[in-house]
Parts: sequence; C-alpha cells; structure tokens
Amino acid sequence: MTDMSIGRAVKRTEDLRFITGKGHYLDDFSRPHQTYAAFVRSPHAHAEIKKINKTKALKVPGVVAVLTGDELAADKIGTLICGWVIKGKDGSPHKAPPHPALATKKVRYVGDHVAVVIGETLDAAKDGAEAVEVEYRTLPAAVDTASAHKPGQPQLHAEAPNNLCYDWEIGDRAKVDAAFSGAAHAVKLQFVNNRLVPNAIEPRAALADYDTGSGEFTLYTTSQNPHVARLVLSAFIGIAPEHKLRVIAPDVGGGFGSKIFIYAEETVALWAARKIGRPVKWTAERSESFVSDAHGRDHVTTAELATDKDGKFLAMRVNTVANLGAYLSTFASAVPTYLYATLLAGQYKTPLIYCDVQGVFTNTTPVDAYRGAGRPEATYVVERLVEEMAAKLKIAPDELRRRNFVQANEFPYTTPVIHQYDCGDFQRAQREALRVADVAGFAQRKADAKKRGKLRGLGYSSYIEACGIAPSAAVGSLGGGVGLWESATIRFNPTGNVSIHVGTHSHGQSHQTTFAQVVADRLGVPFESVEIVEGDTARTPFGMGTYGSRSAAVGLSAVSKAADKIVEKGKKIAGHLLEAAPQDIEFRDGKFRVMGTDKEVGIAQVAFAAYVPHNYPKDLEPGFEETAFYDPLNFSFPAGTHVAEVEIDPETGTTEIVNYSAVDDFGTIINPMIVEGQVHGGIVQGVGQALLEGAVYDADGQLASGSYMDYTMPRADNVPSFKVETIVVPSPLNPLGVKGCGEAGAIAAPAAVMNAVHDALRAVGVDKVEMPATPHRVWSAIRNAKKKAAK
Amino acid sequence: MYEFEYQKPKTLAAAADVLKKKKDAKLMAGGMTLIPTLKLRLAKLSHVVDLAGMKDLVGIKATKAGVTIGAMTTHGAVAASAAVKKAIPALAHLADGIGDPAVRNRGTIGGSISNNDPAADYPAGLVGLGATVVTTQRKIPADKFFLGMFETALKRGEIVKAVEFPIPKRAAYMKFPNPASRYAIVGVFVAETADGVRVAVTGAGGCVFRVPEMEAALAKKFAPESVVGVSIPTDGLNEDIHASAEYRAHLVTVMAKRAVAAAIGG
Amino acid sequence: MDVNVSLTVNGKKVTGKAEPRTLLVQFLRETLGLTGTHVGCDTSQCGACVVHIDGVSVKSCTILAVQCEGKKVTTIEGLAKDGKLHPMQQAFHENHGLQCGFCTPGMIMSAVDLAKRNPKPSETEVREWLEGNICRCTGYHNIVKAIMAGAQASHDLKG
Ligand SMILES: Cc1cc2nc3c(=O)[nH]c(=O)nc-3n(C[C@H](O)[C@H](O)[C@H](O)COP(=O)(O)OP(=O)(O)OC[C@H]3O[C@@H](n4cnc5c(N)ncnc54)[C@H](O)[C@@H]3O)c2cc1C
Ligand code: FES
Ligand code: FES
Repeated sequence: MTDMSIGRAVKRTEDLRFITGKGHYLDDFSRPHQTYAAFVRSPHAHAEIKKINKTKALKVPGVVAVLTGDELAADKIGTLICGWVIKGKDGSPHKAPPHPALATKKVRYVGDHVAVVIGETLDAAKDGAEAVEVEYRTLPAAVDTASAHKPGQPQLHAEAPNNLCYDWEIGDRAKVDAAFSGAAHAVKLQFVNNRLVPNAIEPRAALADYDTGSGEFTLYTTSQNPHVARLVLSAFIGIAPEHKLRVIAPDVGGGFGSKIFIYAEETVALWAARKIGRPVKWTAERSESFVSDAHGRDHVTTAELATDKDGKFLAMRVNTVANLGAYLSTFASAVPTYLYATLLAGQYKTPLIYCDVQGVFTNTTPVDAYRGAGRPEATYVVERLVEEMAAKLKIAPDELRRRNFVQANEFPYTTPVIHQYDCGDFQRAQREALRVADVAGFAQRKADAKKRGKLRGLGYSSYIEACGIAPSAAVGSLGGGVGLWESATIRFNPTGNVSIHVGTHSHGQSHQTTFAQVVADRLGVPFESVEIVEGDTARTPFGMGTYGSRSAAVGLSAVSKAADKIVEKGKKIAGHLLEAAPQDIEFRDGKFRVMGTDKEVGIAQVAFAAYVPHNYPKDLEPGFEETAFYDPLNFSFPAGTHVAEVEIDPETGTTEIVNYSAVDDFGTIINPMIVEGQVHGGIVQGVGQALLEGAVYDADGQLASGSYMDYTMPRADNVPSFKVETIVVPSPLNPLGVKGCGEAGAIAAPAAVMNAVHDALRAVGVDKVEMPATPHRVWSAIRNAKKKAAK
Repeated sequence: MYEFEYQKPKTLAAAADVLKKKKDAKLMAGGMTLIPTLKLRLAKLSHVVDLAGMKDLVGIKATKAGVTIGAMTTHGAVAASAAVKKAIPALAHLADGIGDPAVRNRGTIGGSISNNDPAADYPAGLVGLGATVVTTQRKIPADKFFLGMFETALKRGEIVKAVEFPIPKRAAYMKFPNPASRYAIVGVFVAETADGVRVAVTGAGGCVFRVPEMEAALAKKFAPESVVGVSIPTDGLNEDIHASAEYRAHLVTVMAKRAVAAAIGG
Repeated sequence: MDVNVSLTVNGKKVTGKAEPRTLLVQFLRETLGLTGTHVGCDTSQCGACVVHIDGVSVKSCTILAVQCEGKKVTTIEGLAKDGKLHPMQQAFHENHGLQCGFCTPGMIMSAVDLAKRNPKPSETEVREWLEGNICRCTGYHNIVKAIMAGAQASHDLKG
C-alpha cells in the first residue's frame, strides 16, 4: 500500500494542464487550410421545405460551398441511427423514421439542419448561412408530450401513425390490477419529469479532415465514445470504411450523455471535408447547443402504489408518456424503457410492478440519455410515491421505507422488473444518512424556521441505479444493437514504464488518475510511471466509451483482467530468469519471487527482458503487452439514501436548500476525493432539475428557454456545501468490487429535494408542485391552496 | 458579429458628430449590453463609437447636497465607493447587485440608463432617488428620462455625461432576481427624500414606474406595514416563463415592504 | 479593415492584426494561440473566458480586441510565475476544484480577482462572487473550498 494506492485520495494528474490553460479541447485544434461550417437551421418547428436558393449565399465573399440534404442523399450518405430497437406490446419493433443529417423535404424542430455553409472564415460562413434563402410552408406542430399521440395531432412522420414510436410494457398488468383492487391503501400521483438541456460547458464541436492522398478521414470530435462514433459513422452512415476513419476525442469539457450520440454536425463535417477537399471545423455556439444537443427526461407520468394495512407494498402501476423529440437519437428508445421501468422496484420488495410507456414524437429537439438516463425518472416515481404514501398512512417516511427495504441478507434479489440486485445494505445507508443529516434535530430546526416565517421541509430519496452498462447478452436480448463490454491494453515499455490504452473516455471523470492508481497497485509500479491513453481510435483498442457509470465497473475490470494477463506472462519470463517453473513464481508488490526463497526479479526487469530477449524462454513470444476485453456478468447496483432539507419563503415562493446529505454505496472506492466530486456534481444537476432547470417550448414549438438568459443553470449561490459519505458493500461480480458513482447525485437529488419541498408545503395545504419548483410555481401553489381553503 | 468601424474619439463633440453623421453609429460604454447584442447579430452597425477615451466621464463626486456619478463610471466603482456607501448606501447596494463581478468591472451607469432595459436596476435607483441626468445638451429629471421599453428622452447625438443624485434621508433597494438572467423580475427602490417619499419599480412593467399609492401611504407613516395593503394592478405588467403579471404585482408589494424595512433598519 | 492592436499579454508586448469586430477572446485564442481562455456561451454569462485586464476580471468574450490597445492582459497561461503555480491554481488542484477543466481557467482568473479584494472571503461571499462563472461538473462544492483556501494562501504569500 502506498499513498497512491486504491482507496487513497490521490490528487489528479490531469489537473496541471487544466489549471495552467494547457488542456487541448476541441476548439483548440486547427488544421492547415481549414474552413469553417455554419449550419442553416430551421426557424420553424414543423414545415415543408419548398425551395432552397443558394445563389446569394454563394456570392458572399469567402463562402466556399453551400451544401444541402439533397446532395447528401445523392452521395448516398445514410441517415442517423438509433442503436436499440424496442419491441412494443404487440411485439412489433419501434418506428424509426429516417433521420437525415440535413433535412430534405421537411424540417421537424426548431434548429433542425437545413443546409451547411462552408466559409474561409467563420464570419464568412455565418454571413453565407444568413444569405441562404429557404422557402418553407409551415405546418402545425405537435409539441405537448402528454397529447402528442392522441387523435387529431399534427403528424411528424408517415412511418409513425399518431406520432407513436412505441407502446411498450413490462410486468403483468392483470396481476397488478388485482393487487390494487384488494389493497388496503393506494396513492396515485401525476407529474411531469421536466425536460432538461445538458449544457456541458464545452459546446460540441467537430473538425473533419480528409487526406486525398491516403483516402483517410480524421475526425476530431467532442465524444464520450470515439470508437462508437467511428463504428456508426462507417457502418451505418457510410461516411468511410472503418479502417479509413480515425476518430479523436481529445480533452472533452463535460458530456453528461450529450456527447455520446452521433449527430448531424460531425457527419456533415466529414462529408463536406471530402467534398471540398479541405478540413472543416464546426464549433457550436451556446444557442446552437440549446437546440441541437439531445435533451434529457421529458416524461408525463401517472403512478400508483398499493399497500396492505401496515404499509407493506403490494403493487405499483405506472404509465408514462415519454417525449422522444422529432427523431430517434442514438440511444433514445432505451432510456424511457429498459433504463427506466426496470428500476421501478427501487430499494423495495414490491412484489408486483406494471409499467407501460408510450414513446412519442414531437416537434422538439431529440431527447436521449442525460446524466442518470431513465434512473432519475424512475427514482422520482418510486420515491415520490413512497413519501406520499407515508404521509397518507401517517407513518414516518424513513420508517415506511424500512418496512419495505430488501434486507441485507436477501441478496441476490430478483425484482419483478428484470434486474437481479447483487448486493447492498439499504438499511445501513439509511441509518448513516439519518445520522449525517441529523434528522433527530429536524423538528427543532423546523420550529426555529417557523419563527422566522419560513417553511422547512425534509425529504428522503433512497435510490438504486443499474450502472456499469452492461452485460452484452442481456442488452442483446432486450433489443440493443451493440455489445457493451470494455477493453484495455497494458503495454510495458522496455524502460519499465507503462501505457494503458483503454476504450473508455474521461471528460471530467479523472481516469488518468484512478486508472493509474489501479494499475500501480496491481502491478507494483510507481504511480508516476503509468500513462493512460484514451480517446483516439488509432491508439486504443475498440471500446464502448464512457457513460452510465461504466468506466470503473466495466472499464477498470478490463484493466484488471489485462493486469492478470501481464502477471501471468511475467511469471513465465521471471521463471526463466530465475530458473524456476512459472507455477512456483509468486507476484507481489511489483516483484516476481520464487516461492519460499528470496530469489526475485522486478517487473521492470521482466519488461526489459521481454523486449531485449537475449536471455529468454524459447517458447515464449517477446514483448510485454496484454489486451483484455471484459463483458460484465451483470449490471452493478449503486444505492444509497440522500436527505434534503429546504426552507421556503412563503411570501416569494423561493426555496433554499439548507442542508443536503448523502450516504452512498458505490462498492469499492478507488479514490474518495474523486468519488465525492462526482457526487457533488450529480447532486447539483439533480437540484437543477428539481428547482431551476426546465426546457420550455411554446405552443408553436419555439424553445422559450434557449439561452442562459432564460434557462436557469445552477450557480454557486443556488446550493450549499454538501455532506457526503459512503458505505462499502463491494460488488461480488467484478474483480475490484466497484459499482460506479457518476450518476448517483443526479438520480437521487430530484426526489430528495422535491420530497422536502412537499414536506414543507404540506403545512400550508399544498399537495403538489411540479419540477422545477421555481419561486413562481411554489408561490402559485401556496396561493391556490389558500384560495381553496377559503372556499 | 457584422462588420463595423471602430472609433475612439477624444471629445464628446467629436463623438456626437459621428453619431449625427452616421445613421447606424452607436456609442459604446462598457459594452456589456452592446457587445452581446452585436454577437448575436441582433444589430448591424456602421460605427461603434467608444467613449472609453473620455476620462472626465469617469468618477464620483460627493458633496453635502448630493452625489454626482460620471456616465462612464462602472457599477463596480459605484458599489465600492466609500463616498456612495456613506451618502446613499442603497445606491451602492443596487450597483453591487448588477450582474456579476466581471460585468460590474465594465458596465457603466451611463450605458445602463441609456439602454433602459425594462429589467435593469439603475432606472429604479434614478427614479427612486429623484436623480437628474446630465447630458451634453441639458439636464433631464429621472422622471422624464425613462420613456418606455429601451426608450429614453435622449435625442440622436445626445450623450449622457453624468447623473446627479440628491441624498435621501433613508432609502433601500430590494431586488427579486430572475433565476436565470439575474436581472430584476421585480426591483423596488424606496426613498424618503426632502421632497417626499418615492417608490420606483423596475422589472415589473415595460419601463420603470412609480407607485403613488405606496408613496402616499409611506408619507403618512414610513413603515413596512404601510405598503402591505397596497397592491398594484396587473394590467400592463410583464409576463414571461419566469413570472406572471400577478406574481410580479405581488412581488412589488413584498419587495416594497422589505425595502422599507431595510431603509429603516440601515 | 484590419487594424493593428498592441497590448501586453502575460508580460510580453504583442502586436497583431484584428478586425474591429474581433473579440479579445478570439484574438487571444486565434491570433496569439493562447487557447487556455475558453468560450462557453454566447450571452456573456458562463465566465469560461474570464481574463484580467489591468488587474481586474473581465469577460474576454465581451470586449473587443481593439478596446484593449495599450492594456495589460493576463490570461490563465500567465498566472504561474517562474514555473511555480499561483496559489489559486495550487488550491484548485489540492481541493479537486475541477473535473473536466473547461470552466477552470475562468474560475481561477475570477477567483484571483476576488482574493485580491478579499483575502478572507466567507463561503457566502465566494458563492455570490461566482454568479458569473458556471460549472456543470463540480457542483461548486470543491471550487468554493479551493477559492477559500487559495485566497488565504495568496494572502499568506504576500505576508
Ligand atoms: C451577464 C450580464 C448580466 C447583467 N445583469 C444585469 C443586471 O442584473 N441588472 C442590470 O441592470 N443590468 C445587467 N446587465 C447589463 C449591464 O448592467 C450593462 O452594463 C448595462 O446595461 C449597459 O452598460 P454598458 O456600459 O455596458 O453600456 P453599453 O453596452 O456600452 O451600451 C448600452 C447602450 O447605451 C448606449 N450608451 C452607452 N453609454 C452612453 C452614454 N453615455 N450616453 C448615451 N448613450 C450611451 C449605447 O449606445 C448602447 O446603446 C448585465 C449584463 C450582462 C452581460
Ligand atoms: S464565453 Fe461565456 S461569458 Fe464569455
Ligand atoms: S469542471 Fe467541467 S465545467 Fe467546471
């Protein structure tokens, strides 16, 4: 064990370049002779394109080319894809209408891509884009989530009657209905899970280069998964054969899901680069990001919970209409189905669960995975129901939870909605959370607040998430089009330092530090001598990328497996050097030793011998490099309890978060400092959803919250400091026992905060406030409750 | 941004001359409104006339009678000014609540009032204190300066030189910020001055306005409870995704009450 | 249309061509190759672009390069002196005040300005100061910690 070992709060090695301004984000790259792309975007939510006239644009000084969807189609560039096919109640596959990178006949949301203008300078491209004349015939728009699939709505796609992408279900409806009819108690809630705009602070960007000599494409792009981007761009969109396309994702300034997907812009940039024979660069402006980055959430849900007379959960029934936007984005279909409804058991032994989901198209920006992806929505359903049931039964909400928790000795536990939880200790996490949050002192704090004219409330969120996506066989059986394993190559260099080439990608997750900690620990090499290589398809083995809190549980498992292989091979080499049989060699702390003797050789010497094999076993290949692929056996199941405490100013409706405590079980912790940082960030995104953020479309499909002037980003003064602790129940299913920590905060926080808000407002007769619980909404709810009481 | 020519004249006369001759020329002070507008291509100008060269437009002068703030004085300078803090702490507080530190380091009082954004803070301060705007051509009382949404009494080529604030007996400004932009959803400036009580409201309507009913009630008794019963009509108030007219009307009363309490307390 | 702009950047006198409409951030990034200053929005709100002009924090996306004629500009690249990190940079590292790092240059430049004015800012003061600096990754918790520590360390250094 060293100061750099697993479990230590090692300071990040990536910091130095970022704090000195020496990072390399996408917009920092340039290629000689490069051009700039500006997109002509639809100002209408729904319209027919009657005519596109390029003449004026082509006359703008500095405009190099104006390209449209017809030309894209003529060049046989395919449409953007969705990689997961959902089968509906009737067994039919979901409807996936064509999603062209540049629209041809119709535009279907504000911001939809109509044409691209390539200019010598960005200003020239923008001037050109303004000069492109597009004649539209506007059509009525379907915008509202709840009603999009109802009769009489404007239709987006001929392929999807009633704007229905799928009508999907999970669970046994008849049994659930029966349980409800016999139940002692039931609660029913209706709510919206608000649409969010991801807003990574680095805007998406792409720089495409085509080498006419070699026929090779290079795409620099803001991607969480460069190999997936390459695969989709080659196999499905047909830009280039896979071996002729190199995708580089350098330092990426945050993703949160929004940089998983393969978008129109990078597709068009690649195509245009070949067409004009020069590099093409595009960097989103924030207002473009607002309309063109895939949004998150956007559900309208009716949810019911039934219990027996003692509050034991009997059944849950949920209906959700999920807005998918105008087209199916890369993983859009799976988010409100398999990533959502399979988590509706939460931490509880609810024996029967039924959920059906209507995925609908609307004239809005496509919706896809955003931090948590389906699991925050599920947690919100479960935890709001539990809290309301507790209020109804007049049982303390923590007590009601305890009555229904899966007990620590009941794992593995199979839920009625597919998942098998491998391990956990929900009671313990809750117990610790009650302590950390000083729940015992809450009544006093509430009374004090009342004296100051404030309403104080406390809310819990006992969440569970399925992370570490994912066992490929499971994904495949549910309609996923890819395997979700991960890869790692460990390459010892002859001088004894180590390069780790992995298929994941760090855009804030600190892989350079945590992966090095694991390798240094496992192989007994100095932490400083380990380098992590990511984000370049030419330098890394094929890997699926970083999202769904998978880099530790899946990616590090691959690293760990590769380390095993290195040790295996090292034993053979060492055996030869030490004149012993490999099976008599043990490896510890970076040294191969003949068991029971003091004969030993360091791993660096073994590496040197492997590359300078002057004295080397005959039957062994030279070189000291091993690759491993790891396909997880199951998801991992991080879980915990978060407690939010709020104070509401009833005069203005302003909610202040006064305390926020979290106790999470992420399994083995590689680096507690980094884990805490992930939790903090997630919590604030969750607080953002609960109190601040919401994408608002008007009835015509214009995005009314299309900039930071109207979309409320959480700022430092919106939140307090947090109390974050962990308990450790290692996952038995992967080599390191890790579970994943990237999304917990975003998953738990909305429910915790909203339960606290409802708890506070119950005192003044308010039974419902939607997210985001803005001052205006809270004030209106209080006023309406007062009016009702006066009647 | 569209192309434009940049000029940095040395005198106000020279600046005024450009504005008169070039129809699409505009002054630039701190640029905190002008540049964002240009960046989003919401305006196309022939000339940008930078006032930064005119040092005599910068500075704060305090006398017994009042405080004079040069047009090019930044929000940050007003907020940090010991003289302003002493004479009219409410005004320093108002300036300290405009935007963020980097905006306050550039944005100016002259630019803010000339722009007259309906959600800007300074208009409430000027009207609430009964200030006078000094231009290259005349002196304009605040009550006559702010005419409507983004509209002022300034004529073409007329440049704000300074603002003269009389010193009130007591005053306070309470702002309820827009959660996203942090401009005012409602801001209420209350002042007890030599000429009576003034209550000025920004953010709620198309332009800053006074609330005579509150002024009358406060003239009788300068106490928070005096305004509690006074509510303003919702007609003509702004409505947007952040606040309905009703909510704004309600907030005017609440912020007025809190401003009075703060004025008494501090 | 291009005009010459001369200014001092990180202690060095530089002259470059710029259009009147060229923003300082474009001039820094494209003409001078100082890409540490970032652009995160188009409404002057995110603060990824904060630099110092004559010692005070300014959003380099909301000032023209020509306005900086004759001025002293300090960017994140100019903060470390003689290979030694500025105490605020060190504090961000020590306190894990960054994740993706994109907001970080602006955060640090903004924090240095605060520390100059207020060597012992309270948590509330730090949080209010950061109104114009948006971070999507860290939840601000560690940024606030870093700035409080960094302000103290900057102060101690000066003695
Ligand atoms: C992120 C951000 C947040 C902000 N938050 C707030 C806020 O909370 N509250 C608030 O009130 N404001 C806010 N503002 C606006 C800010 O206060 C601006 O500084 C102000 O509105 C304009 O001042 P300026 O000096 O920057 O003027 P400029 O942008 O340079 O000019 C604005 C207009 O005034 C004209 N003008 C400038 N000076 C003169 C003069 N002397 N005589 C005649 N005309 C002149 C210009 O021609 C232009 O039309 C914010 C701005 C930003 C970017
Ligand atoms: S880039 Fe966002 S404030 Fe300058
Ligand atoms: S560290 Fe990523 S935006 Fe702040």
